[in-house]
This record gives sequence, C-alpha cells and structure tokens, in this order.
Amino acid sequence: MADIISIARGVFENKKADILIGYTKATSEGRTRPVIVRSADEVQNLVLNSSCLNNLATYLTRKENKGKKVAIVAKGCDIKSIVQLIAESQIKRENVYIIGVKCNGVKRSFEGEDSKKIAEKCLNCNVRTPHLADETVDMSDEGLTGKDEKAELIEKLDSMSAEERFAFWEEQFEKCIKCYACRQACPLCYCERCIADKSMPRWVESSPTKRGNFAWNIVRAFHLSGRCIGCNECERVCPAGIPLSLLNRKMVMVAKSEFGYESGMSADAPTLIGTYDLKDKEEFIK
Amino acid sequence: MSDSSFEPKIVAFVCNWCTYTGADLAGTSRMKYQSNVRMIRLPCTGRIDPMFIIKAFESGADGVLVSGCHPGDCHYTAGNYHARRRWILFRQLLKFVGIDESRVFFSWVSASEGKKWVDVINEVTDTVRSKGPFTNYQKLNKEFTING
Repeated sequence: MADIISIARGVFENKKADILIGYTKATSEGRTRPVIVRSADEVQNLVLNSSCLNNLATYLTRKENKGKKVAIVAKGCDIKSIVQLIAESQIKRENVYIIGVKCNGVKRSFEGEDSKKIAEKCLNCNVRTPHLADETVDMSDEGLTGKDEKAELIEKLDSMSAEERFAFWEEQFEKCIKCYACRQACPLCYCERCIADKSMPRWVESSPTKRGNFAWNIVRAFHLSGRCIGCNECERVCPAGIPLSLLNRKMVMVAKSEFGYESGMSADAPTLIGTYDLKDKEEFIK
Repeated sequence: MSDSSFEPKIVAFVCNWCTYTGADLAGTSRMKYQSNVRMIRLPCTGRIDPMFIIKAFESGADGVLVSGCHPGDCHYTAGNYHARRRWILFRQLLKFVGIDESRVFFSWVSASEGKKWVDVINEVTDTVRSKGPFTNYQKLNKEFTING
C-alpha cells in the first residue's frame, strides 16, 4: 500500500483537491504538527505515525478553507468528526477528500510517561478501519498499551453523592483560565460567534471566576451533547489539565442509553438534537 | 436564617401559550398559591435555553421550574418536543456535575389547567423549601469578586 507522501502527491497530480491538511515533524523531537500543503512540491515533509495526535477536522470549518476542495489526513476518530460536520451541514461531502488512516492507536501525549501509553479513546475504538474515506493509508502499529483510567473515574463519580460530585468539579473547574483552547481545538465547536463571546447579555462571565468557569464548562459540555465524537482534543489541549473527556464521555453514554444514538457514524441520519421522537421519555415531567 | 423561616426563590420559565395562560386563569379564578415563584414568560419551551437555568442559579435561585404546552399542543407544532429531548440530556449533565437535578422541575400545564398550575407551584415550593437554600451554587456566587 502506498505511503502518505505518494498518496499526497497523487492528490495534487490528479487535481483531487486545492489544499491538503496533514501532519509534519515539529521542531521538538517526537512531536508532530498540522501542516497545510498547497502543491505537489511540498509533500515530502508529510509524516504519519502514532504521534499524529491532532484532529485535523477542526481546520475544515475555518473561514480560510471554506469553499475550497480540501484533502485531509484523518484517523477513524477524525473521520467521525468529518461525518458529523457533514450531517450538520457544515461541509459538503464532495468538498472534502478523505485520506483515511488505518490506525492502531495513537500516543496519549507527546511527552513524558504518557507518550508510552495508548490514548484512552483508542481503547474502545470502533473505527480502526475508516468508515468513510476516498482512499486509505496504513499507519504502523507500535504496540502501544494502556489502561482506561477515565472509565473507572466516571463509574466512581456516578457512585458519589451530588455534594461530592459538586466538590470534585468545583476543584477541577477552578483551574480553568478561560483560554478556550478546548473550544478552538474542537472540530464541532464551529459557531462563528460563541455564546461565551456574547456580551449583550453576558451569558458566561469572561473572567475566570468560579461561577463563570462552571457556566462555561457546563455550556460547552451541553452544546456537545449528542454531537461529541470523542476525539478528546479538548482534554489534550487543556493547559490546566481539566479532565474534560469525563463530561463528554458521560454525555456520549447518555445519548447511547437514552436514545441509542452514536454521533459521527452516518452522514445521512438526522442528528440527535436536530430532531425528536414523539415517544421520548418524560417520566420526569409533571 | 433558620430553616423554618427560609423562603425559597424559585424561577419559572414558562411558555406564552399554555402555562402562562394557565397561570393567568389561576389568577382570574382567584386561586391562591405560594408567592415564591418569579415567572419569566417566553414564546415557547423550545426557546428555553438550558443556559437560562444556569443563569437563574447564578442569580441566586434555589429552584427552577420549566413549564410549557402538553405534547401535541405546541403553538409552534414541535417546540416542546425539541425542548423535551434537550431536557433529557441536560438533566443528566446537571446530575453529573453535581448540581442537584431535583431542584430543576419540568411540567406541562395547559391554558385550561389553572388548578394544575397552583398544585405544581405549591409542590415545587414545598420541595425546595424542605431542601433548603442551594448553598453549593450560592457559594460560587459569594466567591465571585473580580467583576464586583
């Protein structure tokens, strides 16, 4: 099977796309960074390995890329976000050329102990072989292993009292510095004007106060409910180390248990909150 | 303040077409109910952003009620169905972040159900009164110093 460089060259030679979003080596050892390639002359620096952590789908909805035909290197989880973007009418299928990666899991982090572990999202991955792609490329298997610590933490939180859970999140949200990196990295946070930026009225306090942090993190998690595809980029980019994936994963579980819905799997199926069912349960409504 | 003298603050987000009219009927019928509720009228339950509920708690509410037309009765055909789906998700999220979801109430009250409105308000007020003030969230407000 062809490698990423020859596939990328083919994309430009056959005029499949105007630009290509992929990964290249970063300046620090062991890191990769996103790169936008504009011609066949620039493809030789592309790389593809288990350090390709970014979800590049977040660049598809950026203003500068709108209306262009974009080729994108995407792992299974990234393809889920592309599928969700198509389902939410944010991009058109014909405008994106997906180079799907047959992925065996990526590292949990670029550096430190975590760089030897497999990312938690990869442990329960159901899209190792891309479910939507124009062509596929293999990623080498580096035999990464690891434990799903977050799943245990969710169970633990569920068994706590409301008071204890509140105390847990109070401590976590207190670390938030309102940098909105979680929003910027998220492929599905594409609103041109975020509720957090609105000031008349001011829905979310802009200063990192306790209650503003609560409001922001709740509204972020809610706006991703039934939409989040679990790429965990928000958590990876959080400079304060807030375990944001707990909230997202919990809501993924709720969408599954309450509605049997899984986001990012079908571009044609109606989205969870874009539709309703007459039989939705309402035992909590008086 | 001792518990016996605690009077809860309750915010009710209601739809214009059913619940608000129902509450109006309760009024014109001279029915009495507890006065702890502050009503906010909106066009439809579909207009009630869960952010409103958070905002109510930020403003010191001890309980929140959201009420609208019965399924099938929505003035805009489907606003309440969309709202219902959102609430199912939102309640679970509130629960997970430790906000007592039993302080957030939902009901369907039609324009002819003045009596039901009275019963709902009395029940909600009694429940929240027995729970006491929502100190968890109010604590967040107290430590809010930066914007004065």
